Amino acid sequence: MLLRQTRGQKIFSVFNYALLTLTAVLCLLPLIHVIALSFSDNAAVSGGLVTLWPVRFTWEPYAYVLERSAFWKAFGVTLQRAALGTAVNVLLVILLAYPLSMSGEKLRARTLYVWIFFFTMLFNGGLIPTYILIKEIGIMDTLWALVLPGAVTVFNLILMLNFFRQVPEELEDSAMIDGAGHWRTLWQIYVPISTPAIATITLFCVVGHWNAWFDGLIYMRDAAHYPLQSYLQTIVVKFDFQTMSATDAQRLAQLNDRSVKAAQMVVAAVPILLVYPFLQKYFVSGIKLGSVKG
Amino acid sequence: MSKHTPALGNERRRSFRFGYKTKREMPLHFMLLPGLVLILIFAYIPMVGVTIAFQNFIPLKGLFGGQEWVGLDNFDYVFSMPTIWQVVWNTLRIAALKIVAGLVVPIAFALLLNEVRNVLFKRTTQTIIYFPYFLSWIILGGILIDILSPSTGIVNKFLGWLGIGPIFFLGENAWFPYTMVVSDIWKTFGFNTIIYLAAITSIDPSLYEAAAADGAGRWKQTWHVTLPGMHMIIVLLMVLSLGTVLDAGFDQIFNLYSPQVYESGDIVDTMVYRMGLQQTQFGPSTAVGLLKSLVSFLLISTSYLIAYRLFKYRLF
Repeated sequence: MLLRQTRGQKIFSVFNYALLTLTAVLCLLPLIHVIALSFSDNAAVSGGLVTLWPVRFTWEPYAYVLERSAFWKAFGVTLQRAALGTAVNVLLVILLAYPLSMSGEKLRARTLYVWIFFFTMLFNGGLIPTYILIKEIGIMDTLWALVLPGAVTVFNLILMLNFFRQVPEELEDSAMIDGAGHWRTLWQIYVPISTPAIATITLFCVVGHWNAWFDGLIYMRDAAHYPLQSYLQTIVVKFDFQTMSATDAQRLAQLNDRSVKAAQMVVAAVPILLVYPFLQKYFVSGIKLGSVKG
Repeated sequence: MSKHTPALGNERRRSFRFGYKTKREMPLHFMLLPGLVLILIFAYIPMVGVTIAFQNFIPLKGLFGGQEWVGLDNFDYVFSMPTIWQVVWNTLRIAALKIVAGLVVPIAFALLLNEVRNVLFKRTTQTIIYFPYFLSWIILGGILIDILSPSTGIVNKFLGWLGIGPIFFLGENAWFPYTMVVSDIWKTFGFNTIIYLAAITSIDPSLYEAAAADGAGRWKQTWHVTLPGMHMIIVLLMVLSLGTVLDAGFDQIFNLYSPQVYESGDIVDTMVYRMGLQQTQFGPSTAVGLLKSLVSFLLISTSYLIAYRLFKYRLF
């Protein structure tokens, strides 16, 4: 009996490791393939020789991408929106989470405020009214159109709020006794204590801004003002669709384009890869903080 | 004074403390002000703006400037469109498939990963499977378009070696919805696996010891300890996913669909986009958006209500 169990366990273990390895590899293969494409020679790419390793290694596609001013311009817009947008996001989240983390006794209108924010998670005006609004308040084609509509992220607010709630109340009370007002209590006690939560939310926001593309696409009239992902959308995704149904002959003429597209995707993914270790570290705690509290 | 002052003290002071309390609260109101103003502008004005659905909306006149009211004409127009029910069906179908797969796959993986004793292997696997979550649908879409191409894509080349003829995953109605579901799982399952793993690690280890003492093997322990230990988070996420049955994934589908697959892949959100921003039919587009918002409102409210009733789950 005991022997059979351990044997069963062994078989299961082998199967388990194999399945998990296979899945992880499958998740990664498409990314590796695209990286290999981006470093491969035109002829090798069009000849279909590239699988998981660059064939006839070349920097050419990257040189081509990095020489294009449109690419850098879009990169710059993204950096700007990420910096400004994240600053606004995080500042607002801190300012909102502090009062809302209080009991109804300390802030009597708390319930009303909470409902105002909570209701936006239940109902929204939808695409067209928002679009018309952006147009009418005159922020179309400016950085503000990419920053202000999403300035308050209720999800992050909930994360921050739950973190603030864990700050021992005695700490706050003693600060108050020492004569500190709400502002000083917030900046000198809550904010320093909450560095992990603030770091988590900052990363959420940076990644969110880095990956956002739809707002750029609809709020920027001039394609020169596109952030990176919107720019990529027009090049990597949209363009390809027009050629997709076309004949193979047309396709062949475009084949050398594949490595260029691949190179652009890789460049756009590198910053995510760079912050990934931090993301991993904070995201897990962030998730636990947020969705698993029940 | 601290709020831990005995109740008696509070009672005594309440009458003349009212003004003081209001003054004490002022900074809190100021802190809320900027966020409040922004959310009133960017969330609440569009909520009022759904009135476009009942107007013959002319952008030049402005959001609140004397538009012509047309009653339910826009809704009539929308429901006379031959494709509308197909679009609704596509949305429900893709969303439902994603919800089911999005529950089953991560739970299965969390259970499997939980059996892994090698910490390095466990961590590496996690690191790999939830990386795609952080890439945008632009990048993932670009990758999919390349690898799934029927003529040059590596997937079809591989299938060719196996003697399976080229499959146009993104261009055939028979394949498109499933391609959406599988690629969505690719992006999200690692992330959700972490949520379930977190739930597993919070299970009291003594339960396993007790089960083992009663002669339960690994399999029985999984069935009788791990799964029941996860049941709360599973039911909770199931309930909350109710609110997303009209969200089939705009970001993904918008970047991967094409007119050939509208029949199986056009969803409410992509339809709203095309009608509204490409064909500038603001009224009908807003009408569809409003209907979606209303149904979602009911579904999300219900799901939160259930979650609250069952688990005292609350967001704030």
